This record gives sequence, structure tokens and C-alpha cells, in this order.
Amino acid sequence: MVQLRYFASLREALGTGEEQVELPDTITTVAQLNAWLQTRGADWQEALGDPRLHTAVNQSVVKPDAHIHDGDEIAWFPPVTGG
Amino acid sequence: MILVQQADFDPGLELEQLRKRCAGRAGAVVSFTGLVRDLNDGAAVSQLALEHYPGMTEKALEEIAAHAIAHWELIDAVIIHRVGPLAPNDRIVFVAAACEHRKNAFRACEYMIDTLKTDAPFWKQEDTPTGKRWVSDRNIRQT
Repeated sequence: MVQLRYFASLREALGTGEEQVELPDTITTVAQLNAWLQTRGADWQEALGDPRLHTAVNQSVVKPDAHIHDGDEIAWFPPVTGG
Repeated sequence: MILVQQADFDPGLELEQLRKRCAGRAGAVVSFTGLVRDLNDGAAVSQLALEHYPGMTEKALEEIAAHAIAHWELIDAVIIHRVGPLAPNDRIVFVAAACEHRKNAFRACEYMIDTLKTDAPFWKQEDTPTGKRWVSDRNIRQT
């Protein structure tokens, strides 16, 4: 199982902030997980296909080719706007 | 010291506590306080909501402060960021750097607020006359 988290405008577009999913064996990277989630429907494809999104694995920002493992927390979010 | 909190903070109190923690070693304290404006990107803002990524936020702020302390040889650093609902003129963020000399204190303070704006997972949502809208990074203007 992996923990998925979505924040801000992405959370609103998807209608959920977090979920747990069982990873298929074929999915080993952040990019593959993103593509797999996009197959859920048009809303997911549009929201998670946004090239401006950032991804974090276990609370550190990573690149799309980053590997993921069972038990990881993977988060997607739009560019940050704090301060 | 890193704090992420809903509650307001007192910049005077924070500066006094920082001064006491440095106990004679600091020759300079530089601080920055960020406030909520009532106008952004051409629209009146009646309220702001700050969302963040609990856990990652604190980690990101700790890294920013640790880098500033190491790079500019600070004696101590403070970053406080509020989350939740905020109104115009509310304090939103506080950054302070204590150092032997003023130049490094100024530079470290600027580094911390600039880096916080690009690296820490906070997101602003504004209430405007036409509804709620997420602030996009391209709309950010320097405070």
C-alpha cells in the first residue's frame, strides 16, 4: 500500500485529499503512478496531467523518474504560494 | 526555531526572546514580517485561507533555517508561518536572523523569506467579490 496526498487546487479538482492504494507490480516510478491514476477518468487526466504540478515522496520533492516503494507517501501539489 | 500555527504571533516578543537566547553574542538582529494585503492581482481580498502540507512544511522550514544558519554563520534564526483563515492586515509570516554583524543578518533574512516563498508547501486561497480563487505563483508579487 502507498499513501497518496493531493493539495490545494488539485485536491479540489479531484474531490479528495488523501487515499491509500495498492500498487500494481508494474508501477515503480512517480511518473508511472501518475499515468496510472490518470486512467481513472477525464477529471484525473486533466488534473494530474498538469505539467506545473510538483511531486513529493516521503515529504521531499522529487523528479518524475523517482522510484516509489511500498509504504511510501506520495503527494502532488501545484506551485507553492506561501510567505 | 520553526513554528507553523493558526494563532497570531507577537513580533516584539519573538525579537525579545531571540535577543535573550543570543545572550550578548549577537551584534545584529534583522527581521521581516509579512502581512495580508486587501488587494491582489486587481481584486479586493476580504479573506485568505492558508493550506499547507503538515510535516513537509516543518521539514522544509527547518532546512531553510539550517542552511541560513550554516551559510551566514547565524547565532540563531526564527521562522513563523501562520495557516488557516486570515484577514487583510493580519500578520502571516515572520523571519528573523541573529548574527555577529548586520550584513550577514540582512542577507540571511532575505534568503529565508525568498526561499520560503518558493520551497515551503503553503497555498493561498483568496475570497474575492467574484468568489474564492487559488493564488497562482505567477500572481505572486513581492511583499
